[in-house]
Amino acid sequence: MLEKLTVSEALDKLHKKEVSSRELTEAALARISAVDQEVKAFMTVIGDQALAEAATLDARRLNGETVGPLAGIPMALKDNMCTKGIRTTCSSKILHNFIPPYDATVTTLLKNAGAVLLGKTNLDEFAMGSSTENSAYFTTRNPWDTRCVPGGSSGGSAAAVIADEAFFALGSDTGGSIRQPAAFCGVVGMKPTYGRVSRYGLIAFASSLDQIGPFTKDVRDCALVLNSIAAHDPGDSTSANVETPDYTSFLNGNVKGMKIGVPREYFAEGIESEVKDAVRKALDVLVSLGAEAEEISLPHTDYGIPVYYLIAPAEASSNLARYDGVQYGFRAEADNLLDMYKKTRSQGFGTEVKRRIMLGTYALSSGYYDAYYLKALKVRTLIKQDFDQAFEKYDVILTPTAPTVAFQAGTVENLLTMYLNDICTIPANLAGLPAVSIPCGFAGKLPVGLQLIGKPFDEGTILRAAYAYEQNSGIERKKPGLGKGGAA
Amino acid sequence: MKITREEVAHVARLARLEMDDSEMEAYTEQLNAILQYADKLNRLDTEKIQPTAHVLPLNNVFREDRVRPCLPREEALANAPDEEDGMFRVPRVIE
Repeated sequence: MLEKLTVSEALDKLHKKEVSSRELTEAALARISAVDQEVKAFMTVIGDQALAEAATLDARRLNGETVGPLAGIPMALKDNMCTKGIRTTCSSKILHNFIPPYDATVTTLLKNAGAVLLGKTNLDEFAMGSSTENSAYFTTRNPWDTRCVPGGSSGGSAAAVIADEAFFALGSDTGGSIRQPAAFCGVVGMKPTYGRVSRYGLIAFASSLDQIGPFTKDVRDCALVLNSIAAHDPGDSTSANVETPDYTSFLNGNVKGMKIGVPREYFAEGIESEVKDAVRKALDVLVSLGAEAEEISLPHTDYGIPVYYLIAPAEASSNLARYDGVQYGFRAEADNLLDMYKKTRSQGFGTEVKRRIMLGTYALSSGYYDAYYLKALKVRTLIKQDFDQAFEKYDVILTPTAPTVAFQAGTVENLLTMYLNDICTIPANLAGLPAVSIPCGFAGKLPVGLQLIGKPFDEGTILRAAYAYEQNSGIERKKPGLGKGGAA
Repeated sequence: MKITREEVAHVARLARLEMDDSEMEAYTEQLNAILQYADKLNRLDTEKIQPTAHVLPLNNVFREDRVRPCLPREEALANAPDEEDGMFRVPRVIE
């Protein structure tokens, strides 16, 4: 049962020498063997390497050497973060054989912290999607109900954490790809402020929106992992050169006088009533602890999706131009160079990726740039201004994370319906703000997520609110019933 | 605004993608649906609004011009679909 421990519980046992990293790693690998056929969270598992790494860390600890703050904790990375010598596919056919010659900065930082990499998790191809159904390989299943999707695009990381296959995992969030799967799977998922965590070695989707963050079993673990990955990085010119506080110092349970803005646009039609109810109950808990809540308006919320679906594809069309079959990845055979480019890209990319490349290319093309791309950038300013004004008066903004709970795989056929999944999460990306999703109850047997959005570089305050809520939510802490022949 | 099939074919050429007739049809329809949805941005008067390409105040990042070790050639070529004499090999460009 070691795999069920949180990161902080496991660290405590490691310090007291009640368990070894090898035992924790064996427990996680055994769990993967037992349930991943059902969950399908992992693209790649590196069991032998993980066990060897764990043994090394155990030896260092026994020798009394200084080890990192996450030393011995087994974890997983979304398969769009580069890992030297370990296949990194982006869940795309075009990178089916890509073995990075370098580590992403987060990979290096977690190595330095002593975390043990178990493997790489599944995603929607190039992180474009909300369900992992766009993975070129397979769809990850929601551990609470395996007929349902885990959310996306970081669905593999979210599912791995709630299924106890990894003590924590990293994901990336461009329009909600950490927070929406965190909500669907009932774990804590944070998108830090844009610039807080280095994007070096994160395979780019939309560079002005992408941000890496943790999936954890609770809020304390979120703070612990963020402590290890938040750092200025000269390797990423958009990495912010700001101080990183000790995020665990915010976990004091005190929300007295905290001002919470509750934007009415996030409780409009289209948001399931069971989701609204669970989120409102969570707000009541924070108010009972002394927080002050007021309804507010963020009037341009409704424009978030059209803005996002012009800006993100535009940036993607540029970023994905590099996949041409020349330097790495899949190459289609052809007689001349131009045909090779076209065949490689047409056969290597999946439908959704091609759709977004087409859309982005169009939005940036001569004659349409002003009408679509520039227009979207201007409305992005209006969306950001909504938040700037709200944060003059409020400390955090509280909303649902997703409009619904997890849906069944294969049931959302309309593109725009799928895109609407990100209606509550996209605005924080457009404005570059930190936001966390934490579990706030269940609708039937599926979890509901509460989103807390903070001021730029003020992850501390949303963690403080999240922790206070978590400690007082009164929600039963339960786990999905996996490995019992599918009976949940 | 409505995107035509010809424009879709043009965009596909720009994006170095090729597609058959049925795909072309599907993309035309889907791009139109998305662009139609995006038309609601035109309800907003943005004439005096500055565009936000980036949320952070971005400054040029300077560093010392120092020689540092770079990726060894073999490693840089390790993922190459085809290589020859330490270079990436591609199909003929000039007839």
